[in-house]
Amino acid sequence: MGYEPQTEFGTPEVLSDVAVTLTIDGRQVTVPAGTSVMRAAGSCGGSIPSLCATDSVEAFGSCRMCLVEIEGARGLPASCTTPVAEGMVVHTQTERLARVRKGVMELYISDHPLDCLTCSANNDCELQDTAAEVGLRDVRYGYDGANHLGAAIDASNPYFDFDPSKCIACSRCVRACDEVQGTLALTIDGRGFASKVSAGQADDNFLSSECVSCGACVAACPTATLQEKAVKELGKPERAVITTCAYCGVGCTFRAEMKGEQLVRMVPWKDGKANRGHSCVKGRFAWGYANHQDRILSPMIRDSIEDPWREVSWDEALTFTAGKLNAIKAQYGARALGGITSSRCTNEEVWLVQKLIRSGFGSNNVDTCARVCHSPTGYGLSKTFGTSAGTQDFDSVMDADVVLVIGANPTDGHPVFASRLKRRLRQGAKLIVIDPRRIDLVRSPHIEAAHHLALQPGTNVAVLTAIAHVIVTEGLADEAFVRERCDLDEYQDWARFVSDQRHSPEALEAVTRVPAAELRAAARLYATGGNGAIYYGLGVTEHSQGSSTVIAIANLAMATGNIGRRGVGVNPLRGQNNVQGSCDMGSFPHELPGYRHISDSATRELFEHDWGVALDAEPGLRIPNMLDAAIDGSFRALYVQGEDILQSDPNTHHVAAGLKAMDCVIVHDLFLNETANYAHVFLPGSTFLEKTGTFTNAERRIQMVRKVMEPANGGLEDWQVTQALANAMGLGWTYSDAGEIMDEIARLTPSFAGVSHARLDAEGSLQWPVNAAHPDGSPIMHEDGFVRGKGKFIVTDYVPTDEKTGPRFPLLLTTGRILSQYNVGAQTRRTENTVWHPEDLLEMHPTDAENRGLNDGDWVKLTSRTGETTLRVTVTDRVAPGVVYTTFHHPATQANVVTTEFSDWATNCPEYKVTAVQVMPSNGPSEWQETYASWSEKSRRITPVAAE
Amino acid sequence: MMLDRLNQMANQIARNLAMQGEAKAVDATYQHLKDFWDPRMKAAILASDRAGLDPIARAAVDRLAA
Repeated sequence: MGYEPQTEFGTPEVLSDVAVTLTIDGRQVTVPAGTSVMRAAGSCGGSIPSLCATDSVEAFGSCRMCLVEIEGARGLPASCTTPVAEGMVVHTQTERLARVRKGVMELYISDHPLDCLTCSANNDCELQDTAAEVGLRDVRYGYDGANHLGAAIDASNPYFDFDPSKCIACSRCVRACDEVQGTLALTIDGRGFASKVSAGQADDNFLSSECVSCGACVAACPTATLQEKAVKELGKPERAVITTCAYCGVGCTFRAEMKGEQLVRMVPWKDGKANRGHSCVKGRFAWGYANHQDRILSPMIRDSIEDPWREVSWDEALTFTAGKLNAIKAQYGARALGGITSSRCTNEEVWLVQKLIRSGFGSNNVDTCARVCHSPTGYGLSKTFGTSAGTQDFDSVMDADVVLVIGANPTDGHPVFASRLKRRLRQGAKLIVIDPRRIDLVRSPHIEAAHHLALQPGTNVAVLTAIAHVIVTEGLADEAFVRERCDLDEYQDWARFVSDQRHSPEALEAVTRVPAAELRAAARLYATGGNGAIYYGLGVTEHSQGSSTVIAIANLAMATGNIGRRGVGVNPLRGQNNVQGSCDMGSFPHELPGYRHISDSATRELFEHDWGVALDAEPGLRIPNMLDAAIDGSFRALYVQGEDILQSDPNTHHVAAGLKAMDCVIVHDLFLNETANYAHVFLPGSTFLEKTGTFTNAERRIQMVRKVMEPANGGLEDWQVTQALANAMGLGWTYSDAGEIMDEIARLTPSFAGVSHARLDAEGSLQWPVNAAHPDGSPIMHEDGFVRGKGKFIVTDYVPTDEKTGPRFPLLLTTGRILSQYNVGAQTRRTENTVWHPEDLLEMHPTDAENRGLNDGDWVKLTSRTGETTLRVTVTDRVAPGVVYTTFHHPATQANVVTTEFSDWATNCPEYKVTAVQVMPSNGPSEWQETYASWSEKSRRITPVAAE
Repeated sequence: MMLDRLNQMANQIARNLAMQGEAKAVDATYQHLKDFWDPRMKAAILASDRAGLDPIARAAVDRLAA
């Protein structure tokens, strides 16, 4: 498409079953009751000038530009704040209105710079447009009076500037921060002529304030007051392409606004159903990594990881790689080869990688990064409900009355969903937080959790069983729902189990450290407070009982009837952008796409017939098992697309030993990541801006990713690289575009049967299952019954982790992420986001810090049974005594040197959230840090391609 | 494969299924090993003396051998 601004209706959409018909400028229009006159005019093609109105925030009625005449009404009401009425007759263009509007506009312009030609918003400025619309030609008051034209620019934010000289005090930015983002970082300071937009306190600038750089204020600003630095530098975009963000599992859709092949800015797409026009700092601004100087654009090979890299042609790299893989297969058998798919890659790319491994390598040794995040979700929800996915769309939260957030930190991990959640909480929904840390949601502006259960890390199952105990023993279960929808015998077994006195909150308090009365109150609220919705994250899954916890959550939802309609449900907040999709596409070693076990001969035959090869009927190795088998010598070659297991997976020493033991490690990525330090082949990847395909977000929503620029690696999208490797191995693949791959996915995967790129282009997005039974997709699951038939209650009991604290390691370390950084930081560390988080820090309670003589900012040595690292400490009561917390975004810290190989019993999802550690003062980097830094530098040497 | 690690995994599976009662737990542990373990992992634990296994895990592995 060319460059057109997004459609603007002035005020938000109103939903109502009652229709109202009125006449605007002689045209009859019918809209839902409660709609503003401004929006009604817009819906029939009219246009009423305005400055303070925008459809992302509620009407404000301050600018007086949108005045209209209404027959029978006195004065000139503002159309943004006036609701429609049956039979109303409205005139939006009259001589009187024109005179008043011109007069108001004249006042605005009398205190605004007349630098339109050199202004960065020239031709993209609502103030300029409105001045033209009202026909303003002169300002009678002159420009010599008091004004704001000399106000200094605040350029502190790395992505946008605040130029108060151009501000018209319309409050759109303030209201966007309040209503859309929910941070309330901005205000109008002062009164009358002294009114000015202020970030934080009087001595704050945007960077030092509580602003989270979501960009909502920038998007809302009608002038150049708040504007992207990139637009100021590059100029106005000339075209826009709708695509999907490559960061978290919310799956925001954006307009990639382009100038030629130069990305100027990413603007959240108002019609995107996952984000509804909102964004966070990562998707909105942190895309600079796409053209970062660290990107590797040429294929590279080496015989030994001790050698420097050698840049080669694509042909030489693929021949070298295929030769190695075929030789290993011939010598050690197909099960010596495997690969890892990426949740950062598209469905089509994941599909091809697992197909290459199953049909080309000849083994089922395919796994994915969901192994280390949401594999327990797949296991737990498939066992209980019959589907490995969350049950709701994001919009559903607006119908929730009680929201239970467990093991998730949405304001940091899933910020755009968090904004929606906070909006619902501000409307009055109640909040229960179960988390060892006092996450921001517990108490933030206009938000306060009704209950925060600050449990001891590792005791999720005990807490959930205690909640179940309260619900069952106090008669709060929805037995009518259970009788109709679930297996009654299994429910009764479960109810008997949880009713045992040993599962009471009082009996478990010593284990969970959650006061029994608080837990009882939370249980009652969830069971009786109306629509109860559970949202959870990796604080649930990354435990030795991750799968049990997911099952326990599903049990609670079924027992209370909170499943199968809007406002309720079980909602896993997925970490990476395509975790759901990579799992759907058959990335696990025991199952084919669509979650069908590899031992099922009918399913296997379906694929064998389509692909023309015989498939191994036995499950393959999971990532940790691949590493074990490598050390054992039975696993020799690994193809890793878009993942960095050395930094992201637990016990770095063990990961390094496994990689080092292999004969051929192929890394297909944007950068020479940490895993590449142990690789023999580097295949340069393409960014999400350089490829076409689909991502599937946490609400099962399949959305298009669209190429906006040619791949910088010589023109190959990642699926093309995988196809080239397959063909170098002799497979003869002939896909001509990613749409053909989706056609194959639809042909072989029942839940994707009705999906195609053409349909996604036409409809925007689809939520699977999309098939004959659900031709338009499925926003809410299990509405008429569970996918598996009857909902299955499974008894879960608290089994303590094998990871124990003791005299040597008295503290519990739990890890997580923060807003500005993403996963291992490969992308965000190569953006200006480092201004907010330049290093990983260790959070420690003041009591623990005092006992060790530590002050805020001190360097400390963090030691566990598996290793040690150093980092700086931040002293805070956000964590409880005995608990410390850090992030894993920076390889220099490498928090996973410390984490252990203990894992979830069912899925081997690592127990990142519980590691026994000691923390002591330190005066320098650990031996490992020094050794690794030296190794890393040596391993990254590159011999340029010889000149011909 | 590293036997200690396989024993630890099998015992952990069994311990998390034990609350279902011994007979069901043995069934479920056996099925889990069958469904999720790679052939070399099964072969390694089958080739061991099973001394490091808890009773439920041992019974499940015995069934895997059958």
